[in-house]
Amino acid sequence: MLSRTAEHLYWLARYMERADDMARIVLAGHWMASMARSLGQEGSEWQSTLLTSGCEPGFRERHGEVTADNVIDYLVRDDANPSSIISCIKTARHNARTVRTALTTDMWNSTNETWMQLDSHLSANLPPEQLVESLDWVKERSLLFNGSYNNTMLRNDAFYFSRLGTYLERADNTARILDVKYHVLLPEGQGIGGSLDYYQWQAILRTVSAVRGYHWVYHERLKPWLVAELLILRPEMPRSLLNCCDQITQNLEFLAARYGGKRGACHRHAADMHARLRGGSIKEIFQTGLHDFLTGFVDEMIDLGNEIRAMYLV
Amino acid sequence: MIEAPSSPGKAPGIAAAFDEMNGPDGVLPKYEGVRQWLAETAPGLLDLKRREAELLFRRIGITFTVRSRNSDPERLIPFDIIPRILDAGEWDMLSRGLTQRVRALNAFLYDAYHDRDFIRAGKIPAAMVLLNESFRAEMQGFEPPHRSYTQIAGIDVVRTGPDDFYVLEDNCRTPSGVSYMLENREAMMRLFPDLFARHRIAPVMRYPEELLETLKSVAPANCSTEPVVVLLTPGAHNSAYYEHSFLADEMGIELVEGPDLLVDDNVVYMRTTEGLKRVDIIYRRVDDDFLDPLAFRGDSLIGTAGLASAYRAGNVTLANAIGTGVADDKSIYPYVPAMIEFFLGEKPILRNVPTYSCCVADELAYVLDHLPELVVKEARGSGGYGMLVGPASTKAAIEEFAAKLKARPDDYIAQPTLALSTCPTFVESGVAPRHVDLRPFVLSGKETRIVPGGLTRVALSQGSLVVNSSQGGGTKDTWVEER
Repeated sequence: MLSRTAEHLYWLARYMERADDMARIVLAGHWMASMARSLGQEGSEWQSTLLTSGCEPGFRERHGEVTADNVIDYLVRDDANPSSIISCIKTARHNARTVRTALTTDMWNSTNETWMQLDSHLSANLPPEQLVESLDWVKERSLLFNGSYNNTMLRNDAFYFSRLGTYLERADNTARILDVKYHVLLPEGQGIGGSLDYYQWQAILRTVSAVRGYHWVYHERLKPWLVAELLILRPEMPRSLLNCCDQITQNLEFLAARYGGKRGACHRHAADMHARLRGGSIKEIFQTGLHDFLTGFVDEMIDLGNEIRAMYLV
Repeated sequence: MIEAPSSPGKAPGIAAAFDEMNGPDGVLPKYEGVRQWLAETAPGLLDLKRREAELLFRRIGITFTVRSRNSDPERLIPFDIIPRILDAGEWDMLSRGLTQRVRALNAFLYDAYHDRDFIRAGKIPAAMVLLNESFRAEMQGFEPPHRSYTQIAGIDVVRTGPDDFYVLEDNCRTPSGVSYMLENREAMMRLFPDLFARHRIAPVMRYPEELLETLKSVAPANCSTEPVVVLLTPGAHNSAYYEHSFLADEMGIELVEGPDLLVDDNVVYMRTTEGLKRVDIIYRRVDDDFLDPLAFRGDSLIGTAGLASAYRAGNVTLANAIGTGVADDKSIYPYVPAMIEFFLGEKPILRNVPTYSCCVADELAYVLDHLPELVVKEARGSGGYGMLVGPASTKAAIEEFAAKLKARPDDYIAQPTLALSTCPTFVESGVAPRHVDLRPFVLSGKETRIVPGGLTRVALSQGSLVVNSSQGGGTKDTWVEER
């Protein structure tokens, strides 16, 4: 297939996933802030949300003060922010339109209709109490997109490139969501292990739809290292870094098999990252520092993305 | 006998428009089914179906980019649910006339880039061809496969009476609109299956296959394997992008942009995830000027460096050929009937609209005196931009236009205002007659093929004669009855 077609498919999947992840990040901020408010201890929740999203530098150019309204507006509906939910959906749809011949009808419909409904679901004058509903809509549309392409695409290179886009983005975002907890400061007098700390960890699990999953896997109360283990190392958790790397490795192997066994730096790198996660332990990760581990992982994902691009997409 | 281009002759006049549905004795037999259907169907239901059609088009993404500051850059072309019907006899005549005309245009192009007998015989001033800005000296002596230059031509035809069909314009460069012919049919079959069941209509769905066959038939002589055909688009921002992707999809070929192609040693390749792959035939929907920054406009970002030279080396076929614009230029148009006589030795089956070239002093004087009854167009314009429809214009607008004409007479041609035929059309106030034209598509490769049908454009405002979609025109499904 054309390299450009592969690239648009890859970015289509990435941007639809990013819209979903951004919705989850904003939801996490919303829950943490509500929790803190109900305990009378409002703090840095929106600041941490902004840092997690990776959008802080752009935000600073447009807004002075970090308030709930400003952050939500910038992350959800600001056209000037290339990673806002609205921008992600527009970019995804643009990528889809550019390669519509490579899409199945269902894939096109799900992307195009999401774009068509943007105004009614994410318009600037929605009342604040509709925020959760709007973000749920974004999650639903992303689920629909994932379902449409997983269920209707031929299992060929077009499918593998789409999957790579989804999982690279998801890995990046799982790491970022987990890192929220590093950025959010506990107010004075509220120590680690206190009730706010507990709710913050719970909010992270809710963000990735894994509260019940946690209880099924561990059968015990929330412990920070177990939440981190679930999201990094557990094979049962569909968004865990391990699972994402597993999918990335697999899809790169499918491509190699399809293209006459040719492999490159991206194959070696992905296999190496996968192997390290498989052999890793949460104890070691906490010893090196969770934050350092996560930022290191995000950087490596960026490198891997560049290697994939160099091998196939240009 | 042909009308000498310099004396436009008798104008068809602006008499009452010819009604395609109603004859002197009531509804024509071919429209009887439609009449009954309109009578039985509640107007509310028709309106519902119209909305359904709109939603359908919006969902498929058949949109059209319009040059305006409008906030919705992707606009739908309004679709009218009442089909336009041509009977087999009418189509037969049209089809013969179109084939004849396109054969003559191809012969003219071959001649213009080879021996120039047409000029030497005094049939056209040499400067008009050789100094035409669409003339490409690079094409001199080039032998295109089967001497075909305009593999895909869209010929705009209007009607003023039972047997009076006029060619309004030839489109030999990168004509668009064929996707509407196909999608309008699809929509009609989906929305009104029972109306369809009452008629025997020639199918149009084989157009993509015919197009692919035509393209393959003009493969370069040195292409030994199954030829690789691609469609070259300027990209997603182009107004006809939907059509490009639709046709590529229907033909099962790659939709490429300039940067996807690469020329090495005069051979064209596309960049794929598995490396470079050779390309033999390019159905290009990019204008000459932007094809190759080395040969044409150096600032083109959508072109491929070296494409023109690979073409001239005979390693790739471009469809349409480079330099076809010299055949469809509005200043060349008056000479097409003479081309038919000269190259084919036949009498033109379809007529030309009498045309005044404003670059000729006498004709300019006539035009300036008769502006309120004429249509004046830019010789090189398209899309209905910058034209004057005399009878529909205010005095002030006419005076303003007269000034432009005097300043740059070479840029304009003028024609009598034709009373375009009307078809029943579903509008706000109910079903009412509206003016229409027709663009059938003629394919010329090893042989000439025309799929029975075309794009019917309809001027939706009452009395309007401008059918261009950029000016608020709509489209209709065009039915050709089977014998």
